[in-house]
Amino acid sequence: MAASGLLLLTLFVWPMWSITLLAPQYPQGVKMFIYINKIGGDTPNSLQNINILNHYVGMELIKPESIPELTYFPYIVVGMAVLAFVFAFIGNKKLFLLWALLMTLLALVGIYDFYLWEYHYGHNLDPHAPIQIPGASYQPPLLGTKVILNFTAISLPAVGGYLAGAAILLSYLAWWLKKKVKG
Amino acid sequence: MKNLFFKGFLLLPLFAVGLFLTGCGNSQGGDSGKTTGGALASNVAEQVYVAPGEYDEFYAFFSGGFSGQVTVHGLPSGRLFKTIPVFSVDAEKAYGFNEETKPMLMTSHGFIPWDDSHHPELSQTNGETDGRWLFINANNTPRVARIDLSEFETVEIIEIPNSGGNHSSPFTTMNTEYVVAGTRFGVPYPQQDVAINEYADKFKATLSFIKVDPETGKMSIAFQVLLPAFDFDLAHSGKGDSHGWMFFSSYNTEEKHTLLEVEASQNDKDYIAAINWKKAEEYVKQGKFHEVSARYAHNFYDEETQQATSEMLNTVKVLIPEECPGLVYFLPTPKSPHGVDVDPTGEYIVGNGKLSANLTVHSFSKMLKAIENKAFETTIDGVPVLKFEEVVAGTVKDAGLGPLHTEFDGKGYAYTSFFISSEVVKWKLGTWEVADRAPTYYSIGHLMIPGGDSHKPQGKYLVAMNKITKDRYLPTGPELCHSAQLYDISGDKMKLLLDFPTMGEPHYAQGISADRIIPRQKKFYKLEENKHPHRTMGEKDARVERNGKEVHVYMTTIRSHFAPDNIEGIKVGDKVYFHVTNLEQDWDVPHGFAILGARTSELLVMPGQTETLVWEPKAEGVYPFYCTDFCSALHQEMQGYVRVSGSNANTPLKWSLGSNEEE
Repeated sequence: MAASGLLLLTLFVWPMWSITLLAPQYPQGVKMFIYINKIGGDTPNSLQNINILNHYVGMELIKPESIPELTYFPYIVVGMAVLAFVFAFIGNKKLFLLWALLMTLLALVGIYDFYLWEYHYGHNLDPHAPIQIPGASYQPPLLGTKVILNFTAISLPAVGGYLAGAAILLSYLAWWLKKKVKG
Repeated sequence: MKNLFFKGFLLLPLFAVGLFLTGCGNSQGGDSGKTTGGALASNVAEQVYVAPGEYDEFYAFFSGGFSGQVTVHGLPSGRLFKTIPVFSVDAEKAYGFNEETKPMLMTSHGFIPWDDSHHPELSQTNGETDGRWLFINANNTPRVARIDLSEFETVEIIEIPNSGGNHSSPFTTMNTEYVVAGTRFGVPYPQQDVAINEYADKFKATLSFIKVDPETGKMSIAFQVLLPAFDFDLAHSGKGDSHGWMFFSSYNTEEKHTLLEVEASQNDKDYIAAINWKKAEEYVKQGKFHEVSARYAHNFYDEETQQATSEMLNTVKVLIPEECPGLVYFLPTPKSPHGVDVDPTGEYIVGNGKLSANLTVHSFSKMLKAIENKAFETTIDGVPVLKFEEVVAGTVKDAGLGPLHTEFDGKGYAYTSFFISSEVVKWKLGTWEVADRAPTYYSIGHLMIPGGDSHKPQGKYLVAMNKITKDRYLPTGPELCHSAQLYDISGDKMKLLLDFPTMGEPHYAQGISADRIIPRQKKFYKLEENKHPHRTMGEKDARVERNGKEVHVYMTTIRSHFAPDNIEGIKVGDKVYFHVTNLEQDWDVPHGFAILGARTSELLVMPGQTETLVWEPKAEGVYPFYCTDFCSALHQEMQGYVRVSGSNANTPLKWSLGSNEEE
């Protein structure tokens, strides 16, 4: 259970999710990393370069400071990690399950929130944009691959995301083992 | 198959012509030439074929000769990647046109927009090319430049005083302790108004040693060695045991000043000057130099401020051989030697007597012994002349006609270019036997093997730099490109692989495996490190400032607009400085800037850089400006206007980006 808490904290080290844009003139691709508390990329300038590309279709600038979740999600994560340590100390199987369910719910909310932001940036376009294609949306995929104009966008969980997922699975495992031992 | 067969027939007559033109030199040259045609052609094609998207194995840096620049090619493909402006202005890159680089071309004679660049030389560590810097000399107004190979830009130029025709330059020592600069045309010392026929009395030559800072690469003239006014032609440093010595070839030891083609070809032997530079360092330390007044420019491009500054220096240290025993010795060498080339071990010093059929090779160890035994023939101005037979190691006999320059493969063989007989001759060090010969098309000057003048050659390819082109390519009027030829030297026999055109007239080249250069590459300049005094760090800082008749426009570029792009309130008689900062932070996104009527070049601004164009509008009107580098899908829209009013008009100074109709 304590391991779940530790794994959760890795979200501050590694990104949760990555969106990779591939195009012929970007042979190495352009990568955007979404962390629990910031938005980065494979280079310090990736976000600027993605914003430059996006402005042709009138997409709003992606500014980390305009996404409030990046400010308050870290508190929730820290809170959940602390809770994991406390529950581990108490060692009650019901608390384990409670944590697991709560975390699952938070993860789903988080992914839904991510989808909403993708929808926001993908659809909220400047009507004066230089490039306008009727009916087109520039929303990246939630998970998987999608062709957006000249780019292939690939959206996948990143290291932090996988580790957080592992944290949730571990907490279920902790609950199940505890149950088995007692039973 | 049919096609190949056909090609073979087409090439055969050409080849026959080649043989005819070069045939007077020797008749053995056929072997390797045959591989240019017939069934072997496809096999040769594979050797030089670099598939789309693949990289060449080597970088090759060619001097531009009378273009004053350096060109960068790939080997084995021969493809041209870049021209690096060095001693000549380059409107394409605004080199010598923008305010930042104008000081690079300052000299004690003022701003000079051209020179004749001859010998590129890569920096070395432990006698091995290290990919840090490339040095090159200017022959006409004596200078040496340093190019930084992390960005392929000229970052420093130092003028050489007391010199005329800086030809025997810039050849490095094993750890780039020094690069050198030797006088080709004797000049009065000190420079003064004297009769030309007082040449032998009043004229001198100097051999300058330029100290290179091991960390920053910054150059300074450590000392000059004062010698009789021989024409010092080329140079190369010792290595291994001979590290600490530098060898300069000379002609015109007759010290003549007119009709040199005859007058300077009279002596049976001229000299190779051997300079003990470690000894020179001791003499300098002991204060045995003369502090001589001399005006020379030192120009340095500061990467932080992104600006060149030119400083005028006033003195130089001169060592006089008569006062410094053991500093210089002369090695008699037949027939006006051109190249002086030291083999990778440092033992053999090859004198390429260009009016001779033979090559003379001196031995460094014999030289030391001759010095010890005082085996001197005579002494000239305090310089002992060693006895020829006491220093010569061997002679490569009847190798060809007109040997110019030799490089080495690191496997015991030397390769010498023969201008008159138009061929490359491979011979064995120690036995002095000719091993192979290959014709060149036509009249080879220098040749180059990557690392071929260093302690550790990378002896896979040889490049011949030919002086005469004639029928090798599609004709382009009277002026033709100079032609280089690539040979495979990995086997026993040389194999001609490729002809490729070069820019200007390459007098020498350097090659280096690409893996020593690629990891050093900068992709763009970090904006946060931009310390240009007129930088604009973001669009919100874009502005126009007036200071009397001077107007400074602080402008930014990012795909795909300028900020500001509408400017009013400029007046006839103003001097307008456009300080353009490229805000991009990605590889390969330069923006250009040009404005109608500007009497200068465009700017081509790399990401994170600031460059300045000066514009002095002469008439009222509204003048468009635009981005000259196709930067993006909306590049064509990257444009703007400057309104110019009469000199007494009251048009308020204003600037904007985006809709301003409400005003």
